[in-house]
This record gives sequence, C-alpha cells and structure tokens, in this order.
Amino acid sequence: MAKLNKEEVLNFELGVADTPWMDTPTVFKEGMYCHAAKKKTLDVVGMPNTHDWSSSDEDWNLPEDWKEILLDGMKDRLEKYRSFRLFMDVCVRCGACADKCHFYLGSGDPKNMPVLRAELLRSVYRRYFTTSGKLFGKLAGARDLTEEVLHEWWYYFYQCTECRRCSAFCPYGIDQAEITIMGRELLNLIGLNTDWIAGPVSNCFMKGNHVGLEPQTIMGNVEFMMDDLEEATGVHCEPSFNRKGAEILFVVPSGDLYAEPGTFTFMGYILLLEHLGLDYTLSTYASEGGNFGFFTSNEMAKRLNSKMYAEAKRLGVKWILGGECGHMWRLVNQYMDTWNGPADFLEMPVSPITGTKFENAASTKMVHITEFTADLIYHNKIKLDPSRNDHLNVTFHDSCNTSRAMGLLEEPRYIVKHVCNNFHEMPEETIREKTLCCGSGAGLNAGENMELRMRGGYPRADAVRSVIERFGVNTLANICAIDRAAMPALMDYWVPGTRVTGVHELVGNALVLGDDDYRQLDLRLEEIPNAKQPPAPEPEPVAETAEGEASEGGSNA
Amino acid sequence: MNNGIKIGVPLLIVVALAAIAWIGTDAFHLDMLFGVIIPYIALALFIVGFVIRIIKWARSAVPFRIPTTCGQEKSMPWVKQAKLDNPSSSAGVVGRMLLEVLCFRSLFRNSKAKKDGDKLSFGSAKWLWLFALAFHWSMLIIVFRHLRLFFEPVPAIVTGVEVVDSAFQIGLPIIYITDVLFVGAVTFLFLRRVVLPQVRYISLQNDFFPLFLLLGIGISGVVMRYFFRIDIVAVKELTMSLVAFQPVIPENVGPILYVHLFLVSVLLIYFPWSKLMHAPGIFLSPTRNMANNNRAVRHVNPWNYPVKVHSYEEYEEEYGEKMKRVGLPLDSETNAG
Repeated sequence: MAKLNKEEVLNFELGVADTPWMDTPTVFKEGMYCHAAKKKTLDVVGMPNTHDWSSSDEDWNLPEDWKEILLDGMKDRLEKYRSFRLFMDVCVRCGACADKCHFYLGSGDPKNMPVLRAELLRSVYRRYFTTSGKLFGKLAGARDLTEEVLHEWWYYFYQCTECRRCSAFCPYGIDQAEITIMGRELLNLIGLNTDWIAGPVSNCFMKGNHVGLEPQTIMGNVEFMMDDLEEATGVHCEPSFNRKGAEILFVVPSGDLYAEPGTFTFMGYILLLEHLGLDYTLSTYASEGGNFGFFTSNEMAKRLNSKMYAEAKRLGVKWILGGECGHMWRLVNQYMDTWNGPADFLEMPVSPITGTKFENAASTKMVHITEFTADLIYHNKIKLDPSRNDHLNVTFHDSCNTSRAMGLLEEPRYIVKHVCNNFHEMPEETIREKTLCCGSGAGLNAGENMELRMRGGYPRADAVRSVIERFGVNTLANICAIDRAAMPALMDYWVPGTRVTGVHELVGNALVLGDDDYRQLDLRLEEIPNAKQPPAPEPEPVAETAEGEASEGGSNA
Repeated sequence: MNNGIKIGVPLLIVVALAAIAWIGTDAFHLDMLFGVIIPYIALALFIVGFVIRIIKWARSAVPFRIPTTCGQEKSMPWVKQAKLDNPSSSAGVVGRMLLEVLCFRSLFRNSKAKKDGDKLSFGSAKWLWLFALAFHWSMLIIVFRHLRLFFEPVPAIVTGVEVVDSAFQIGLPIIYITDVLFVGAVTFLFLRRVVLPQVRYISLQNDFFPLFLLLGIGISGVVMRYFFRIDIVAVKELTMSLVAFQPVIPENVGPILYVHLFLVSVLLIYFPWSKLMHAPGIFLSPTRNMANNNRAVRHVNPWNYPVKVHSYEEYEEEYGEKMKRVGLPLDSETNAG
C-alpha cells in the first residue's frame, strides 16, 4: 500500500480510450485483480471443471470445450432469467449509467462504465443468440467469444461490486449486478473463480462461516469479547449458542465474530439483547449471515443460505433476527424465502419488548436488527445517553444492498440520531439510493487487489472528505460487515483518522444499563472523554470552581 | 470501430433508402411497391416480430423478485415509506411504472460526475431527461395525429390534439409544436451521442441508424407538408384504401410521400429486432415492475430445485467432539467422540 501513490492513483480523467473498446486489449494490471481460485478449494463444494491456473498467466489451462460450456450456459440462463435476456436486448446506450459506477469514477477505465461492462457480454450474446449478430457480426456490435474476451470478462466482472447504483439511474432498470452475476456464474462453469471468494465459500459450506471459525473458536472469540464488554460496562454477558427452544435465532455476519471493528458491533448487539433479557440464541452451524456463494453462482448461494432456516427449524425458534450486514440482507430480502422457504415452521416476528408485529417480515420471518432497535427506541423502551458518543462526529454510509435491494434507509438513521448528538449527512448524490460503494463488496475485499479497492472506494472516501472539511466528521457509521472490514483501510488511505463503526457499537456505547451505569470506557476500551461521573459519596459545600475537580476525583474508572 | 464508419455508414444507409424510394417511384413508377406492398409487409413483419420478441421475453422465467429499491422500504407504521420509488403493493408498482413510462423517473435522477484534481463533484444533468421526454412525447403525439389519415370522419380527439398542438400558430401553413420538438430533440440526441466522449465511445452503428431513420422520417414529413405541399386529400385516399384492404394509388402525390412511407416501413421492420424494443421492454423489467414485498409475500421460482447442502447432522459428526469440549449441546452423544 505504501507503494500506491495517491497522486498517481488520481492521475486520470473521466474520459475514454483512444482506441475503440473492442480493439482495446485488456491488460492485467497488478493490484487490480485477485488470485485465481485453487482447484482443491473449489472441489470442496463440488464446482465443475476445476483446475489449477493463475490469473496472471497467459494460459488459463481451460478445459477443452470451454467455449461450448459457456455458450450452453448462456443459453440456459437466458431462459432461466428474464432479467438476463431483457437486459441483453433493451439497452439503448444512452450513457446515463456511464459515470455512476464507483470503479469508473475511481479509475477512468471506460470498460468500468456499467454500459460497457455489460457490452462485454452483450457483444457475445449478439454474435451467438441474435440473427443480426449472426449475419452482420461486428457491424451489429457482435464479436466472437475468444480467450481474450474470456480474460476480459474475468478481469471486469471482478471489478464490479454488484452495488446496483447503475440500475437506479437506468431508464429501464438494467442492473449491471444481474449481468455481473450471470458473467460470474458462467466463469464458474469453467473453474474461474477467485481465491478470495472460493475460500470463504468452502469455509462457509463446511464450517458454517466465511472465516472458517470452528465451533470452539467461535466460543473462544465470544468469550474474549464478553470479557472486554465486562471491562467496559461492568456487566457480564453469556450469550447462548445452539440452544433449543429459544424464541429467537440471532444470525450475524461472521466478520463480527472475528475482527475489529466488527467485534465492537457484536459487543453492541449482545449488550443490547442481554440488557433486554431477550430469549435468543446464536448458532455455530448457521454462524454466517453473509454469503459469498452469491458471488459464485445462484446455486452456491442457495446452498449456503439453507443453513439459516435449517437451524431455525432444528432449534425450534419462533423467528430470526439478523445482524448488520449488506449483501446478507439483499439475500434475506430478495432470495432466501424463494430459495429455501416457505418458513412455515416459524411465526410472524413479534418484538417481545414492544409487542410490535413485524408485518413486513410476515413470510420470511426475519427482522433486521436496526428495525428491531429503532422500534425499541420509538417505543421508549431503552434509556440512551447519546453524550457518551459526543467525541464522535458521525456520518452514515448506506450500504449498497440495504439501500438498493431493500430500502433500509430511515431505521439506521433513526438509531444513529438517538445515540449520537453529532450527525451529518454526506452530499445527497452519495447517500440513500444513490449511495456509493465501499469498493470492496461482492467478494473483492482481498489483499492483492488493493489498488482496485482504493480506486473503487475513492468516490465514497471523497464524500467523507467533504463532510470532514465541512463539519469536522470523524466517524463513519455503517450497517455492513464488508464495510467494517474494508472501510478502515480505505479511510486510512484517503482520509486518515476516520473511525469506522457499526451502528450497534454506537448503540452499545449509548445504552444506559441502569441508574448506576457510570461507564468510563467505550466498547473499544477507550476512555469516554465526557463520561458522566457518579455522584460524590457525600457532597460537601465547596468553592464554586471546585465542582469539576470534585467530579474528576470521584471517577472510579 | 472508427467513428467515421460508425456514424457514416448508418447515415449513408438512410440516405440510400430515401433515394431508393424517390428514384423507385419517380423514375420507375413503382408506386404500388412503395405505397402498398412494402407498407403491408412492414406492418406484418412489425407485428410478427414484436410478438415473437415479447413471447421470447415472457418465456424466460422470473425466478426472483429483484426490484431496485430507490427509497425507504415499507417497515413500521411510523416510518414513512417511499411508495413510488420503493413500492410494496401492486398499486405502488403501477404508480412506479407510470412515473417511469410517462415521466422517465429514473432518467430524472441523472447527475453528472466531475473530477477536478483529487475532488469529485456531482452536478445536475437534466438535459438528457428533458430531450428524451420531448422526443418520446412528440413522437407519440405525431403518431396520434396521423390517425386522421386512417379514420373518416376524423375522431374529435384527434382534431382536438391538432388544435392544441398548433396553438402557437401565426398564419399559414400550420406549424405543429411537436414537429419542431421532434426534429429538435432527435437532433439533440444525435449531437449528444457525437459530442460527449463517453457516449460516443459506447455508441454502436445500431445507435446511430435509428436516429438517422427517425430524423429522415421527421424531415421527409416536414418538407412534404411545408415545402412540397402535397395533396393531403390524395394521401388520405391512399391511407383509407390501405385500411380497407382495397389499395388505390392516387394521382398528385409526389415521390416525397413514398420516401416518408418507405422510411416508416423500414422503421417498422427494424423495430422488433433492435434496441427500440426498449419501449415494451420497460414493462417487463424485473427491477422496475415488481414490488419490494419479498419478506411479506413469498415469491416462487418456477425452476427451483433441491441442492446439496451441508446438514447440521454432518456438521455435528465432524465437530461434535470439539463442540462437546466447549459445552455446546449435541443432538447425538455419539458425536461427542
């Protein structure tokens, strides 16, 4: 990363290449792509045509009949997905999407304009699946499927985070995410995944979570976090795992069990749920809300997703509560019930604290924790001291999936505004349904493609910079595990000194556990600058200026 | 592909098409061919092609409900839902679709990104929206006005639209607002495609061809009306005879009519096989025509099939010993090792 000079990274224009795109060869630039998936990793989950290869090599060791496999795969998917066929046919190349992609905005590479990334596939579609393309070839915008084209697909379909920003601006709703999803499915038919996606997929399949935590490690990590939580709050929490008969199954993205700052978010969830005395349990088997299968193929996503309902059924819970995670919620909202439902063994989710029926989750039976917590706050069921977060000047980053594949916009904001006194929105064009991606979603948060990530995250970071300059913002709140994993590096690179936090970390800090909750440490075990002090045992009449000193002296931190 | 070829070839094709119709009728008197046979064939091909394409789309499944949500979801009663940008009901979807089709809602969202050194900014960019709207609405109204050629007596609504459309009239001949808007907007869309580097870069010949064709149709229609001043009664004689399937070629119509008619015929033939199918396509777009109510109402995938999963039983068999050691409950004690 030190090698990556910012001026050099930004030395580009939002323009186009000198040569027409079909005649512009794809040059694999180090730092802009991921390592190839290993055969043995893919074999764990039984992917087809696995083989050893390297993305930086010329020869990818393709199976003999790779072209037939891809074209058959395309034909099959054109019939299975109306979105695919339609989006191949109806684009008018108006260019409205061109400057909406964060990868284009951060690289100036014209093949990152969503329309052109789609044309990479569309040109092949025309050649093999339309009469005009078959007859007129290049004149009709068609081209042959060659190994060069295949390499180009691989390079650019793994330079898309499936964020759907282009789709919000497209007059026909053409969604590049759909096209990338199909493109990646096709590549996976011939063993061309990335290592960073294939690894978490096989982990998740075998062990239940992406990071490959075995049950005893999960328990160990949680114990460790609970020790820290006790040190911060004085309260000892012991969340249960795999407990039959609990009312609620709580599923979080495994990043929250594993690495900072996700672990602080996890501590925030648990503090809240334990404080409420909720009858909930976690699972080591369904220990992943996220789903890297979705970045591989639809079928793989379904296979990984199946664990949530299976575990809810086995444990006999009534409904499922889900943690803060972006693509997890795209899948819960738009796919899970269709894949693995109907969840008729569950009940309509009802908050045991407020009695609120979550009718919007009547079929899926899964509630987002920000819906749950916003409902608590709305009904005044928890006491909050937002001043504990006064040293934080917060802005909120909408994750792509919860914004454009769900519409969870107000709930997290409602919470943030109740647990923090200093909140400022980023520019309107960069939030809510127009939110800019972190640049590391859809399985791109690897280490070897850091330049790509910094470029893709640049538009978001630049919007953060604008609120730093205007309002002195120092904290970026979010509801996504990939954000929590990827944004710290992004902020360090572009806008150093910006803290990345999950919303429930802020909740955990502000939550007042009782009348004697005079916490001096936040969930990161850092001193809370303006923490309230417990009243002095026997207040004595003192000189007027001594008040502050007295309370300082009374600190029992 | 070279820009000159990309733009030049479609332009030449359209000019050639116009010339063919002109020469064909003026020099070779193929009035029957260009006035009757080709229009009939074109209309038939349009209908058949259109239907085939729609059937093709319709036969592709919609496995998942994947609306692009552009506003607040329906959640608790006290959270204000964006009912049109993130609909949860059929009425909401209809509303969203109407906004999209009639007002180009998504295009209205458009912005323009500018990079100035190390800073990005997003400016307003409503021109595409404005001219696209002007183009599509003028075209609709112009097509609607043409109904006067196919009905006798002319329906009052058609006459009404004509009156409104010519509201800026001062003197003769009648100038229709939509004629001016149409030619102006198509010209704008063409210039935009040529001038903006990104749009020029992504454009194919298939993008220029329909623009030139539409411009050709517009211009031939306008000059026919204002410069050649052809006999409108004779034109109606032709169109009414076509409607009655008893075609009669009238006297007193110049080759310009056949140019116009031929270009329209080409458009009809070209339409179903081209990007112009975006018109019906928008109605089938799964990111726009579905409600965001998946969590409340289950969507069924017609080709859903069972998949291989890693069951809890297998998991416990593999990790039972470790689970037991950290005090996790087991379904089967035999897995405790």
